[in-house]
Amino acid sequence: MSWLNKLLPPKIKKDSKTNKSGVPEGLWSKCSACEAVLYHTDLENNQHVCPKCNHHNPLSARARLEVLLDEEGRREIGAEVVPMDILKFKDSKKYPDRLVAAKEDTGEEDALVVMQGSILTHPIVIAAFEFRFIGGSMGSVVGERFVRGVQAAVEANAPFVCVSASGGARMQEGLNSLMQMAKTSAALHLLSEKQLPFISILTDPTMGGVSASFAFLGDVVLAEPGALIGFAGPRVIEQTVRETLPEGFQRAEFLLQKGAIDMIVDRRQMKQRLADLVTLLMKQPAVA
Amino acid sequence: MKTTFLDFEQPIAELENKIEELRFVQDDSVLDISEEIARLQKKSQELTKTVYAKLSPWQISQVARHPQRPYSLDYINSIFSDFQELHGDRAFADDPAIVGGLARFNGQSVVVIGHQKGRDTKEKILRNFGMPRPEGYRKALRLMRLAEKFGLPIITFIDTPGAYPGIGAEERGQSEAIGRNLYEMTRLRVPILCTVIGEGGSGGALAIAVGDQINMLQYSIYSVISPEGCASILWKSAEKASEAAETLGITASRLKTLGLIDKVITEPIGGAHRDTHQMMQQMKRTIAESLRQLQGQSIDQMLDARFERLMAYGRFKEADTV
Repeated sequence: MSWLNKLLPPKIKKDSKTNKSGVPEGLWSKCSACEAVLYHTDLENNQHVCPKCNHHNPLSARARLEVLLDEEGRREIGAEVVPMDILKFKDSKKYPDRLVAAKEDTGEEDALVVMQGSILTHPIVIAAFEFRFIGGSMGSVVGERFVRGVQAAVEANAPFVCVSASGGARMQEGLNSLMQMAKTSAALHLLSEKQLPFISILTDPTMGGVSASFAFLGDVVLAEPGALIGFAGPRVIEQTVRETLPEGFQRAEFLLQKGAIDMIVDRRQMKQRLADLVTLLMKQPAVA
Repeated sequence: MKTTFLDFEQPIAELENKIEELRFVQDDSVLDISEEIARLQKKSQELTKTVYAKLSPWQISQVARHPQRPYSLDYINSIFSDFQELHGDRAFADDPAIVGGLARFNGQSVVVIGHQKGRDTKEKILRNFGMPRPEGYRKALRLMRLAEKFGLPIITFIDTPGAYPGIGAEERGQSEAIGRNLYEMTRLRVPILCTVIGEGGSGGALAIAVGDQINMLQYSIYSVISPEGCASILWKSAEKASEAAETLGITASRLKTLGLIDKVITEPIGGAHRDTHQMMQQMKRTIAESLRQLQGQSIDQMLDARFERLMAYGRFKEADTV
């Protein structure tokens, strides 16, 4: 660190660069909802839920898996699957350049991290989206890693969980991305055939092609408080219907009221709740 | 009906106008100008051929959305017989943006389902411009289950700008309805034949396009996002739609090369709307041939192949790390 960096207040440092784990450097963070200035360690110890207003701030894929999985016996699945530029896609930026930039930002090769492990000693496979990787968009790698996760769950006779945070399908891979919706949804039959549960956890945001494929196909569908969940984005809807959207539209609480999801679970209770659900479904004894 | 010409067809339109004028003159003229008319008609045909030989993906998108292009009901009414339209999702409503029912194809009972766009303003509104709401997808699934129960092949026609992005659609679970269809269609124990006839608009198209054979008309498009939508997100300007269309790879020929579809169905010169009779003949032949191929195998073989195709979607590298 240079002398200048040392002198800069933490807030400026935070804005200039984030490190690989997705945790901003510096001692202080600001809650994106209530703007309370929080001691970063406090926020981290609280799983990035604001201690003042309970807002569920974004969590990286690896931080999510860290929270949900037991420490022992973790194994990453599908890390060998990495993206390629099928279409030679170019907008204002070339797709390979976007991939490189996303990798630098997040330390990930693509937007889904899958891990096999256990939850309160029960074997499980959990997939988590990395939203900061091109908006958590689903392309070929996300689809393939998802399927490999499902297959690993089947082999281990374990439940499969996916924590979604995605803007939808990845445009840069064209129709191949759209087909990942069909691929991931179809793969769930492998679990159904073995009577293995699929639990879908929707976090902020779960939209478009992810929302309209496996995300709502969970045997149980959970959501984090306040998460934006929907098919079309609020802006697109507003432009289409030329109406102001109702208060709380497409938020988890709204979806619960409309009957679209089973329950809203606070992030800090998620691990216990997940373990309860899978043991119930798998007719196993309750976990402590 | 007078043909509507697209911007890039203006030279053809001018020729056709001239032919029209001459015809009008000929009616009350002593001179025989039929030879001149025939010459111009030939010229117009050739010009159309030249223009259509090098259409850009963006121009193809415009043909795919042509206001006179045959829609699902045009195909259903002309190449199927005894169409019995069935309505409603049994839960909320009937969605006129998706039509479906029982019908006969060459005498054989089938279930046919398609997105339906409207021709005039009134019908366009009724059909919601071919943009289904959840009840449309749920009606489609209900009919597909009916097909499975009675062992009838399913034939779908895809032609939608996309699923409707509306308040009610979200409230009633647009996402769930689409996802459910993707899941269920994977394992339906009857042949499913899907044909993109116009616009294959993203998830709203895919929700009735999972099957054993996926075919596309020559000038139809199938895309993860509309060229305009893509341009406004990535270029921050809908005017870049033409570039987006190019790079997204949305045309039948490109998708065939990418291995994402099975057959490209040839259209008449100048597009399906220029000679609907010929188009219907061609469609009928293709469906007959495809059904023959699908029904030539056992249901289990077919389901295995359908599942393998789904699992094979996507292109990636495998690094020899970890």
